Amino acid sequence: MADFTMPALGADMETGKVIQWLVKPGDTVHPGDVVAVVETHKGAIDVECFLEGVIDKLAPLDTDLRVGAVLAIVQGTGVATAAHMASAAAPAASALPPVSPMAAPVVNPAPVATAAAPMTSIRVKISPAAQRTARELGVAVGNLQGSGADGAVTLADVARSAIKSVAPPIDRHAARSGFDPAQMRHAIAAAMSRSKREIPHYYLSSTIDFGTAQTWLDAWNLQREPIDRLLPAVLLLKATAKALEEVPQLNGFYENGACRPSAAIHAGWAVALRGGGLVAPAIHDANRKTLAELMSALRDLVQRARAGGLRSSELTDPTITITSLGDRGAESVLGVIYPPQVAIVGFGRVVQRPWVVEGQVVARPLVSISLAADHRASDGHIGGQLLAAIDTALQNPDCL
Amino acid sequence: MNASDIRTLAANVLAGIAPEADLSTVSETEDLRQALDLDSMDFLNFIIGLGQGSGISIPEADYPRLFTLGGLVRYLAR
Repeated sequence: MADFTMPALGADMETGKVIQWLVKPGDTVHPGDVVAVVETHKGAIDVECFLEGVIDKLAPLDTDLRVGAVLAIVQGTGVATAAHMASAAAPAASALPPVSPMAAPVVNPAPVATAAAPMTSIRVKISPAAQRTARELGVAVGNLQGSGADGAVTLADVARSAIKSVAPPIDRHAARSGFDPAQMRHAIAAAMSRSKREIPHYYLSSTIDFGTAQTWLDAWNLQREPIDRLLPAVLLLKATAKALEEVPQLNGFYENGACRPSAAIHAGWAVALRGGGLVAPAIHDANRKTLAELMSALRDLVQRARAGGLRSSELTDPTITITSLGDRGAESVLGVIYPPQVAIVGFGRVVQRPWVVEGQVVARPLVSISLAADHRASDGHIGGQLLAAIDTALQNPDCL
Repeated sequence: MNASDIRTLAANVLAGIAPEADLSTVSETEDLRQALDLDSMDFLNFIIGLGQGSGISIPEADYPRLFTLGGLVRYLAR
C-alpha cells in the first residue's frame, strides 16, 4: 500500500486543488496514468500517478491541499517500477517533509512514453518515429488515416492529427482553460525571488552566426507544407540539448548543498501565456528527438500550456530552462534560473547585422545567446564551453 | 473564395489561436502579429489554418504578404 500525494509542480507551488478525478475507487492504475486534474497557479494540470495497484480513498474535490498531502491510497505492489526509480532526472522523493513549499516532487518522473498505451491493441502500420510521437502526444493511432506507403501512418499524419485535436478545445480541458493571472504572478514572484536570493548567478553571452542554419532551414521548409515546417526555435532547442551532452555540469539540480547533474536532458521550454504569465514545461529527452519530433512536441506543449492540459511530469522534470524570444522579441535576454535548476539558456531574436566572414563584412542573420548559471554548481569556463558547443552545433545543422 | 469568406476564415483560425483577439479592432494595414501579439508559433499555426481552409499552398517566402488583413485577403483571393 502506498500514498499517492499532491505533487510539487515546480518550486513555487504550495497547495493544489483536485478539480476532477479520472479514476474511481477500485480502479487499477499503472505507472504514468493520468488519474486526476489538479488546479494550480499554472492552470489545470493532468497529474500522473507512478504507482501500480488499486486506487482507493480519493481526496475530496475543490479543496486546497498542501503539497505532499495524501490524495489517494494505492493498494498493491505500491512501488514504481525499477525503470522509473532509475530515471536520472527523478528528484529525490524523500528529501524534504511534504509540507515544505520547496518539497521535492513526490512523483517519480517516468519517461513520457509510458504515459499512454491505448493504441497498442489495434494493429496499425506506422513508422517508428510516428509511433513514438503519437505516444507522446497521446494521439490514438487507430483513428488515423495513413498517408504513407500501404496506408502507413507517418509522422506528418500524427502531427496533423495533433493540430486538429487542438484546434477545437478538447472537451475535458474546455472548462478549465484558465489560470488565475494574479495567482500566477504571485507564484512567479515567489520562485524568482527565491532564485535571486539563493542562487549566485553568473552570466555569459555570445553572438552566433545563424546563416548556415537559416539556409538549411529555408531549404527544409521550401519543400514542405506549413504543417511540416520548422521554426528556428527548434534548431536552437536541439543545438542546446546536444551541447548539454558535452557539458553535463549545467544540466541538473542544486539541492541540499550539492549539485546533482541529470543524465537525461529534459529541456524546460519557456512559454509566454497570453494575457501574462509564464510556464516552462519539459520536452523530455530533447537531445534524442529528431527536429520534426521536437517541432511536434513544441507545438503540442505551447497549445497545452495555454489551453490547459499540461502533465505533472512536464512540470517536475525540466533539468534546464531554455527561453527563446522569437521573431518579435528583444535582441538578447539574460535569464533568471528556475530553482533548483542550475542554468538557463536564452536566445534573442534573429537579426540581420554586418558580420565578418573570411575578411569581408557581409550581412548575416545573427542570434544572441546567453547563459545564466549557478556559480555554486559551475564556473564561467564551463559555461563558455556550453555556448561554444551550441555554436558548433548550429554551424552543422545536418547533424542536428 | 471571396473577400468576405476569407475574412471569416481568418477570424475562425485566429479564434483558435488567440481566443481573446478581436479582429474588428485591427485595421487593414496593421501587422496582425503585432496587433494580436502573435509569436512565431502562433503565426505558423495561422498559416496552417489559412492553407487548410482555403486549399491554397502558402510558401514560407510569401509569409510577409499575409502579415496584414488587407494583404492576406488579396493573397488568398487571387
